[in-house]
Amino acid sequence: MAQSAAITPFPVTKNAGPATVDRPTIEHETRPEEDLDLPWQVVVHNDPVNLMTYVTMVFQRVFGYPREKAERHMLEVHQKGRSVLWSGMRERAELYVQQLHGYLLLATLEKAG
Amino acid sequence: MEICRRKDEIEISELDPFLAELLRQIPPSANPEGVPAAEQRLFSPPANDKEAKICAEWKLYVEPELRRLFQTATETVAGDLEQLNGSEKSFANRTLRIPSKHADAWLSALNQARLVIAAKYNFTDRELGDHFRSPIGSRRDLSLFQVNFYGFLQEFILRESDGSQKAPED
Repeated sequence: MAQSAAITPFPVTKNAGPATVDRPTIEHETRPEEDLDLPWQVVVHNDPVNLMTYVTMVFQRVFGYPREKAERHMLEVHQKGRSVLWSGMRERAELYVQQLHGYLLLATLEKAG
Repeated sequence: MEICRRKDEIEISELDPFLAELLRQIPPSANPEGVPAAEQRLFSPPANDKEAKICAEWKLYVEPELRRLFQTATETVAGDLEQLNGSEKSFANRTLRIPSKHADAWLSALNQARLVIAAKYNFTDRELGDHFRSPIGSRRDLSLFQVNFYGFLQEFILRESDGSQKAPED
């Protein structure tokens, strides 16, 4: 048989009125768009001079992509004129674009969206 | 001309004087000076015009680095090409040995030269895709042949190196 426990009722003060809690103040900062961590895209554009095998090798080296993925991007560049190779934080995207220019590929940095 | 992989080098033998001269022309051909279209291609902007700040910073900090990188590659190639300046009879066939560790420099210099020549003559996609164009009847034809010959060398070097250098972690 279960013992009945003595229940101490939560003391309610009569006429106390509803308890109120102050809402926290949320500061809405306005920051310039460039400071926001919007995803940035690394885009490679078509170039009739660079060899397809060379472009594939560069994608493998710069992004560490396996050959199949690198070839897929290379073909997209070749057939559609451009391919988004990577997207993420601006600083890293800039570094990738710099590396791609070092290999003489036509690459640009673009805001995603 | 014969091209093959030896232990730690790529050997190009039976180089006739014409092809040897084309090889000697790699460093000067890679120089974009005086060809605005070539300069623009080698040092293309990193973003569109709306990103003026990024483009300005790039010009200031990154472009000089790229110039140094490209120059180092052509200097390495120029050093290797000194093998072709022997005292043998000028019409004798030559042999060129490229150390494997110079493969990247060669890929870069050959690419620079191809891009500069293509920009200088404004070759069309069709011209660049026509690998069997002959005979050479003009300076333009010769330059197109040069672009294709350098492309052939790039293909061979790529096949030998097989993109096997380790890429950075993602």
